[in-house]
Amino acid sequence: MIDEGLRNELAKQGVVATSLQELYNWGRSNSVWPLSFGLACCAIEMIAASMSKWDISRFGSEVFRPSPRQADLMIVAGTVTKKMAPQVVRLYNQMAEPKYVIAMGACAISGGPFKQGYNVLKGIDRLLPVDVHIPGCPPRPEALLHALVTLQEKIAKQELTGPNRPRHLRADLPSEFPVPEYGEHDLVPAKNETLWQPEPVVRAG
Amino acid sequence: MPIPNPEELKTRLEAALPGVRVEVFPNPAVPAQSSLLIAPAEAVAVAKFLQDEPQLRLDMCSNVTGVDWPDREEKVKVKQLVDGVEKEVEEVRRHPGCLEAVYHLYSVALKQGPVILRQRTANRTDDTAVASLTPVWRGCEFQEREAYDLFGIRFTGHPDLRRILMWDEFKDHPMRKDYVEPDDYEYEPTPHDEVLDRAKAHYPAPEVKA
Repeated sequence: MIDEGLRNELAKQGVVATSLQELYNWGRSNSVWPLSFGLACCAIEMIAASMSKWDISRFGSEVFRPSPRQADLMIVAGTVTKKMAPQVVRLYNQMAEPKYVIAMGACAISGGPFKQGYNVLKGIDRLLPVDVHIPGCPPRPEALLHALVTLQEKIAKQELTGPNRPRHLRADLPSEFPVPEYGEHDLVPAKNETLWQPEPVVRAG
Repeated sequence: MPIPNPEELKTRLEAALPGVRVEVFPNPAVPAQSSLLIAPAEAVAVAKFLQDEPQLRLDMCSNVTGVDWPDREEKVKVKQLVDGVEKEVEEVRRHPGCLEAVYHLYSVALKQGPVILRQRTANRTDDTAVASLTPVWRGCEFQEREAYDLFGIRFTGHPDLRRILMWDEFKDHPMRKDYVEPDDYEYEPTPHDEVLDRAKAHYPAPEVKA
């Protein structure tokens, strides 16, 4: 790796020194194209974030793609009902690697106000690997922009080689996840056991 | 002209349609919107009359919903002669449950309403049929499907009786009082009350100190 001070000196002289990894991550993290896909009221905030007042295009994500084949980011904006969950997973499976998921709002994180209901999934992270969670009901557009910047920082830090390289550079990790089926009482399976492994709850009493 | 009260409606219905049984189902709460309990076999005839009668012209069904009345037991004190002496004895009376379909009708033409109709099923298990009023008010279609989906009320004469909110493979009726939801309470960050009790069953067993 080049010395940071030397690199700054070179930059002042008009010489840009970089690594392939930095260039690759710089390019990817500044053009994260979301899938245009909204499930509930959070989608209204997502639309507001893409309009001129909050202007998500400042961060390179204004190109909402209507096809999962062209999208890098799935913003799960809203309540995921059990009836909708298989379609959400199927859309994710159809996206090309590298792909990322932002769970936007209380419902997408945990089921939110509908958590104990009969028809709402208790968080999309039971079925999909979520990169950034945004709390809020609904979160403000600023919160969505913050999540996007958080995701960009995460992408910029990814290593292209070595054991910590991301999933899309590893053949042994899955890029598709099983689509749950409609059962007689619930989704079958209701959660992806390999993905959803919460910390055990330890409480006094 | 204001809408007639339920007692008046009952007498008019029974005069216009001989043999029809109508029962006024009182509502003691503040809105005092009493309703008319009608038999499923006569429901379509009653509905057509309410729609066509020039002074009512109930042309819109704004809402269809269901009510679940579970089986209940009532303890009543009854005086009985025991060995020639009159004594108070407790007796248990069983009231079999039923499902109810409730319709709220308005007249857009005369700007009045609502008139509330109720139909009851024979029981909650195997005979849950009432008459569909979709042939009379087209707007009932989706709402009757919702009542079928969530309560399990079967509407005979409905053109397309399928589930509308839950998926077709689903077997339960979630708005019934005895609905048992899937037991997936393994991770509850802030449980309380009933949720706490149900979540506790999934907590890891406490470590036994040697």
